[in-house]
Amino acid sequence: MKWYLSLVLAAILTNNFVLSKFLGICPFLGVSKQLKTASGMGIAVTFVMLMATAVTFPINKYLLEQFNLEYLQTIVFILVIAALVQLIEIALKKYMPPLYNALGIYLPLITTNCAVLGVVVLNVEEGYNFAGALANTFGAGIGFLLAMVMFAGVRERMESSDIPERLKGLPITLVAASLTSMSFLGFTGVVEGMLG
Amino acid sequence: MNPILLAVIIVGATGLILGLGLAIASIIMAVPVDEKEVAIREELPGANCGACGFSGCDAYAAALSKGETQKTNLCVPGGEDVSKKIAEITGLEAGEVIPQAAVVLCRGSYGNCEPKLQYSGVKSCAMAQQLFGGPKSCSYGCIGFGDCVNACPYEAIKICDGVARIDPTICRACGMCISTCPKNLIELMPLGVSKAAVLCKNIEKGAQTRKQCKTGCIGCMKCTKVCEYGAVTVENNVAHVDYEKCVGCGKCGEACPVKSISLINLKAK
Repeated sequence: MKWYLSLVLAAILTNNFVLSKFLGICPFLGVSKQLKTASGMGIAVTFVMLMATAVTFPINKYLLEQFNLEYLQTIVFILVIAALVQLIEIALKKYMPPLYNALGIYLPLITTNCAVLGVVVLNVEEGYNFAGALANTFGAGIGFLLAMVMFAGVRERMESSDIPERLKGLPITLVAASLTSMSFLGFTGVVEGMLG
Repeated sequence: MNPILLAVIIVGATGLILGLGLAIASIIMAVPVDEKEVAIREELPGANCGACGFSGCDAYAAALSKGETQKTNLCVPGGEDVSKKIAEITGLEAGEVIPQAAVVLCRGSYGNCEPKLQYSGVKSCAMAQQLFGGPKSCSYGCIGFGDCVNACPYEAIKICDGVARIDPTICRACGMCISTCPKNLIELMPLGVSKAAVLCKNIEKGAQTRKQCKTGCIGCMKCTKVCEYGAVTVENNVAHVDYEKCVGCGKCGEACPVKSISLINLKAK
């Protein structure tokens, strides 16, 4: 149990996907302008990550590893994730229209999100068991959500601050992103220290 | 078995199965889409301004197609054309649309209204408003930082000499600017007809208004006396025009000592 907890916490804080591994930077910069869209995107990514892990883990174990085809992981995972996102979109549109409307454009955007592909590939590389992979994925998704929401707060404050003309827009956003990322370096060793 | 062939078969088969699965899913879980709604949505301008009273063009189209509203004339930016097209699609009777345009009711440009303080904060009317009601000596007039300019989806508003001016040929009367003005200076007026308008909202007493702005309404009642139709009233030291009663004779404008009331004829495109 302790191991799972440390997996989740490590994925949120020390190995944060956006701020430490630099995966999923595109949505991190693209949809973090408002708190509402940022949290929507974060929740959608967490959801898709969990579904993707649940599907790709058995495919890797019972299909690719059986035939020694591990080198096909990337292409097969992309295929599966893309199809999965489409399926989720169709199903949500039919059975949960409010959630579909809330996720809106973000759901199709996730199809090619590298954070989702990154987490499933890393799960395989680290050699976790199924529950461990899910725990790591859950942590990664929550970490992504945390980074998005935090950064949305930073950006909302930047809207009303006096920024030099040349730095307005993307330049100041990148500066702020690097500072946020550095602040997460402070978590190094925290999880190991806490849970031994 | 040849490893290359095996790889091709496995990836190909995975793709095929997933593709077929998606195809089946899209048939089983297809959501019926109302064709009427799509057709109406395409006729609407798509600015999502909310002038119709719904949350956006999508919501208005949905309400029309489901029969929640019978009014085809609610889209102000679309005007008569859109009203007719919606009526054709839905089979409802086309409502009449009175073309309107927004007007900024202030003439306090830099020559007329002097600044009372040096403002160096964020260039936003809403922000400046919090600091003694804005940098101009009249705290009822246009601040001129252009919150309305940013709100306008049609780029019809410009700041000229410190006061917002709306080009009636571009304005579609969506009303987005009206709610952003912290001074409530923007109103909709009918297009293509002459109407008298009071270009001031200063409710201070006459002497005080005079000090603040050269063209501020001083509430002298001259306009009410000359108006033969009872269209002009003075309330709280500032004149108001009832556009329904006003016939556009222009007598009030001639009588006004500060020229804060004048005839406006907004030209349609």
